[in-house]
Amino acid sequence: MPIKPLAMRDAFLENIWREMSNNEKIFFTCADYGSPVLDRIRADFPDRFVNVGIAEQNLINVSAGLALEGYTVFAYAIAPFITMRCYEQIRVNLALLSVVRPINVNLIGVGAGYSYVVSGPTHQCYEDITLMRALPNFQVLSPADHITAAKFFDTCINNCDPKYLRFDAQVLPVIYRNEAPNISKGFHVHKRSDEICLVATGYMLHTALEASIVLSEEGLQVGLIDLFDLAKFSVADLYDTLKSYGGIVSLEEGFRGRGGLDSMLFEFIARHEIKAKMLNIGVEGVYHFELGTRTELHEKVGIGPQAVLNSVRAFSRSLSK
Amino acid sequence: MNLSDLRAKADWVWRETLAIHLRAPETRLASSLSSIEIFVALYFGGVLRFDPTNARDESRDRCIISKGHGSICMYPILADLGYFPMEELQHVCESGSFLGGIPDPVIPGYETVNGSLGHGLGVATGMALGLKRKENRRDVFVVVGDGELHEGANWEAIMFAAQHNLDNLHLVVDDNSISMLGYTNQIVSHGDLGARLSSFGWDCLEVQGHDVVALRVALLRQKNMLNGKPTALIAKTLKGRGVPGLENAPLSHVVNPKPDLLDSLLGGV
Repeated sequence: MPIKPLAMRDAFLENIWREMSNNEKIFFTCADYGSPVLDRIRADFPDRFVNVGIAEQNLINVSAGLALEGYTVFAYAIAPFITMRCYEQIRVNLALLSVVRPINVNLIGVGAGYSYVVSGPTHQCYEDITLMRALPNFQVLSPADHITAAKFFDTCINNCDPKYLRFDAQVLPVIYRNEAPNISKGFHVHKRSDEICLVATGYMLHTALEASIVLSEEGLQVGLIDLFDLAKFSVADLYDTLKSYGGIVSLEEGFRGRGGLDSMLFEFIARHEIKAKMLNIGVEGVYHFELGTRTELHEKVGIGPQAVLNSVRAFSRSLSK
Repeated sequence: MNLSDLRAKADWVWRETLAIHLRAPETRLASSLSSIEIFVALYFGGVLRFDPTNARDESRDRCIISKGHGSICMYPILADLGYFPMEELQHVCESGSFLGGIPDPVIPGYETVNGSLGHGLGVATGMALGLKRKENRRDVFVVVGDGELHEGANWEAIMFAAQHNLDNLHLVVDDNSISMLGYTNQIVSHGDLGARLSSFGWDCLEVQGHDVVALRVALLRQKNMLNGKPTALIAKTLKGRGVPGLENAPLSHVVNPKPDLLDSLLGGV
């Protein structure tokens, strides 16, 4: 039976709600932001739910204080606000403090990339991968569907470091229909090939998957990796997976060339002396105020389905020269 | 500790703080001198419950020192209480020492990161909420400077603490009225800070912040109010207290007194 796609947040929060019955050490904080499942958490666990109001700095500080008192905290808000409005609170009271004391605070940011399509650049989020991976003890988790999002719950309970989960605000198609991915390596290999490998995260995995099908019909077989742990993936396994490719393509719904997935892969292949050329597909240029569908907006900034196909085709031609 | 011993302890901490600054001029002396009696009353006046042999004891009162740079006077206090050997005071700011120019939570007795200002109250608020939910009856004290109350995150926490009736949360304002570049009322005035906090739903007291005996009484009163409101004690203090040229000087934060002056104040030691 086909799996009905869910919002990532609802699949993830469902696990929190279920666990809260058995585990009195879970606390849920939010900055005046909801979801249908959150309504159940609020109703069933009023003592371990708190809405701090539209006050992200306090969201982080209160969550840090709760963690110091032994709680596993899930802090929930819109992605650009829970990362950028309170970045220094995150740095000082989560990243720095967790070096000395256990701080299990899990930041759930909803609205990765362009997923708040018509809300404009304040609510869209193209900088979070760069910012959050700059904090060395943060785990940065970026699922492509609700199955993967839900799977991260065990990581959040069992791994005591602070974490950032970047969730899409839209309901995305299910990628992992047969079984949830093994998340221990931090990535999942969907396709293998010889020459070019697409490495995508979050929503862009869907674009990459479609592109790989079209390219295959044109006779160009590409590898495809879903990189969902952007900070603590298995270095040895990713090296083994990427080492033989001649070309690697990064695909992210974030600014190109500003420290996101593309920079991470550049650093990775340079450090490990992988002799691949790179193509980086990410948001080109500056902030945009135009309205459009997500696909239209993506095409404008160079990460839409057509733009990706054209870029990969040209990349392939340049490799075979 | 009896009252004359409390006063003697505050004098001893004042001298030790000067001595540390003489050895480590990178430390912030003036802002540490305004908070000495506050910390002496908290730690020696029977206000805080703590166990130096078990710094993270669950039954301790939590003391968050938000004005980190201005708490060098805590080094002799914590050493005296047995959190770490007194010998460590000789090595402040030296390579390999855990006692830096700004205290960090690697120091036994420090709970949180305090180098960046305006963070302690919010974290303390979360701890106070956590203690309530755990039905742990211990209290959370948080010492801030009046200057750092310019940070907006404090006011988010102030509203939140009142909303959640956190009467186990006790703010102590070291109100020396000076931040780095001058008098706070000429930078951004807090107006009548007590009235302002009261209007946010807090119970407020005021005290002369260098009278260690009055501080002890006020802090105990603050701790025992338990009427569903967070409490604030505004301690009126003098930045750089007792050091000529430094005391209440608008640039005392960045001006270091001459070593000869400190030597003479310490009696030629």
